[in-house]
Amino acid sequence: MNNIFFVLFRRLRAPLITLISVYAVSIFGFVLIPGVDDQGQPWQMSFFHAFYFVSFMGSTIGFGEVPYAFTDGQRMWTTVTIYATVIAWLYGIGKLLALFQDQAFIRLMNRVGFRRHVKRTEDDFYLVCGYGMTGSLVVKQLLRRGIRAVVVDIDQERIDALETDDLEFSTAGLCADASEPDVLTDAGLQRRNCLGVLALTNEDEVNLAIAIASKLLAPELTVICRSESDVTTANLASFGTDHIIDPFVTYAEYLALALHAPYRHLAYDWLTNPTHRALSSIKKQTQGAWVICGYGRFGRALHRSFADKPVSLTLIDVHPEPAGLDIPYVQGQGTEAETLDEGNIRTAVGLVAGTGNDANNLSIIMTALEMNPNLFTVARQNLHANRPVFQAANTDLVMEPAQIIAHNILSLIKTPMLSRFLGLMARQPEEWARGLVNRMSNVAGDDELDSWAFRIGAQETPAIQEAYDEGRSLTLSLLMTDQRDLEQRLPVICLMVTRRGESTLLPDSDWSLQPGDKVLFCGLAEGNREMLWAIDNRNVLDRLMGDRSSAGGTLWRWLRSLSTSR
Amino acid sequence: MNREKVVFAFFIVLALTLNFGFYVGEIDDPAHHNVYELFFAIVVSLIATVLKFGDRTHIGAVLLATSLVADLQLVAAAVVWGFAEHVSATGMTPAIMASVVSLSAGALLANITSVILLMVETILVRR
Repeated sequence: MNNIFFVLFRRLRAPLITLISVYAVSIFGFVLIPGVDDQGQPWQMSFFHAFYFVSFMGSTIGFGEVPYAFTDGQRMWTTVTIYATVIAWLYGIGKLLALFQDQAFIRLMNRVGFRRHVKRTEDDFYLVCGYGMTGSLVVKQLLRRGIRAVVVDIDQERIDALETDDLEFSTAGLCADASEPDVLTDAGLQRRNCLGVLALTNEDEVNLAIAIASKLLAPELTVICRSESDVTTANLASFGTDHIIDPFVTYAEYLALALHAPYRHLAYDWLTNPTHRALSSIKKQTQGAWVICGYGRFGRALHRSFADKPVSLTLIDVHPEPAGLDIPYVQGQGTEAETLDEGNIRTAVGLVAGTGNDANNLSIIMTALEMNPNLFTVARQNLHANRPVFQAANTDLVMEPAQIIAHNILSLIKTPMLSRFLGLMARQPEEWARGLVNRMSNVAGDDELDSWAFRIGAQETPAIQEAYDEGRSLTLSLLMTDQRDLEQRLPVICLMVTRRGESTLLPDSDWSLQPGDKVLFCGLAEGNREMLWAIDNRNVLDRLMGDRSSAGGTLWRWLRSLSTSR
Repeated sequence: MNREKVVFAFFIVLALTLNFGFYVGEIDDPAHHNVYELFFAIVVSLIATVLKFGDRTHIGAVLLATSLVADLQLVAAAVVWGFAEHVSATGMTPAIMASVVSLSAGALLANITSVILLMVETILVRR
């Protein structure tokens, strides 16, 4: 804060001294030069009159020659001082304006404003480093849930985008290098209401630096970090980064799940992805021979996660065959029919176009579909701007790294219960997942499936706690009843209840709630809103329980007691 | 030799000497206190203040503070003088002259502090 004043005054030293000197000389001149008063008597200006005259002359207000008409000597001196003061003012104002346009000064002011904004943020927030595709998606979703964000990015253009993006709260953004620890500190790393750090920049090096600095300066904070190479991932894990997300590995695992366990995959997709896939996409045959074009980071991750699945792989890549590969390998672009033919595309069930070039990926898909229209196709989309073409290409799955990381982070942030549920779900049989997906489909259809959790207790569910203290037993089905029409159920599903560390998946609707239970729901956002009424407001809860006698506030209860006693 | 330091010390010491020159003499005798000296004391004191801007050291901050005190006292003295000469019906009286000079005496103390701080800083500089 003080820095700004220091810099401002330091730079303005020369113009200020010039101004003082010019005024001093002008005033002194008027005091020395002899004049005459209205009677023609000799008269000399006092300092008071000289200061008065120079003040209005220097600021070009010009009240005229006061108190008496000037002599020629005084007029000559006035001419000199008019020019001198005007130039001194121009010089000073020019310097001041130049200072405000100085890049270094603007940066300093932005930094000070940013620090103040962060200091004034009293709600809980996440520190987001990197406001690219992933960062902007995450920030948008966070704000939608009422969680604030503080953004740091190295690119001023992206910080400008922060202001123009349609966000629900004004969000503090700073253009600076997030790998510098004092930038992180300014961004509120050590503040009490900082929930965690999301390192989402494009550079693994920078993400690494952010994660290390966060773990050292604020060890108790959650750090979620993006990594694109195994070396960085191992490095990040070595000092206890809480969650590391490698878009390629994550997507390869996601894809492997889609092939191996389509229903579990669909349940996972619906819970993590706001624009989830349709139920009908599951019909295609996915077991059999697969062709993978591109054997880079993505191809390698796919190869690894397909290893124990009942599929046979063929690789196509422009580079010569790497040594020690145990599966068929074709050298070529994959965009021309011969190469694809060589890779037995006609008998394959699936194709992954996973090169680093969007045009090539699309070309591979188009060519392959001409040769084998029943293919299950997966395309890797590298640039977000290419979204419309990929949608038009009608591929079964599109892999977009930014989206994948964003959804993953959001499912981690939304509620820790959800990631726990997803972990438990992976161990359930396919048939179980199929039942769940059907229920989800009945509830949500094509709309976004939201998820939320709360802990039964005075803090989060005061109404339930109160009812429990009065000795009433409450079941899950009560919470899932629509208060506007007691015959109707809310569009929600109870996914899991955790009691004393023990988790029950998909509990029955007559499950009796107890204080300390943690309950995870999924459903439409509207269902969430209605449910919040019931857990928070005693009157609503009483209505759900079919008890009308206690409805209303003190006044209504008193009036009713009058009418019943009569 | 650092030219900036010379200018800096010059203005600080000049502010003190001019201030002292104005102050000496019978406290209520206008003949002993020259109005030109007060004028230049103010101008030099203002310039010294501006020169101290932007020094982030602790001693720099205290120097700036003493300088601001001197400015305040001298300007107050000038305002009292101008008021007596031009606005009040009585004109300059020994009582008013005494208050003008005592205000400048306050400024003198602040300027002495400035010079002492300057000397301390100079002594602390390692060769």
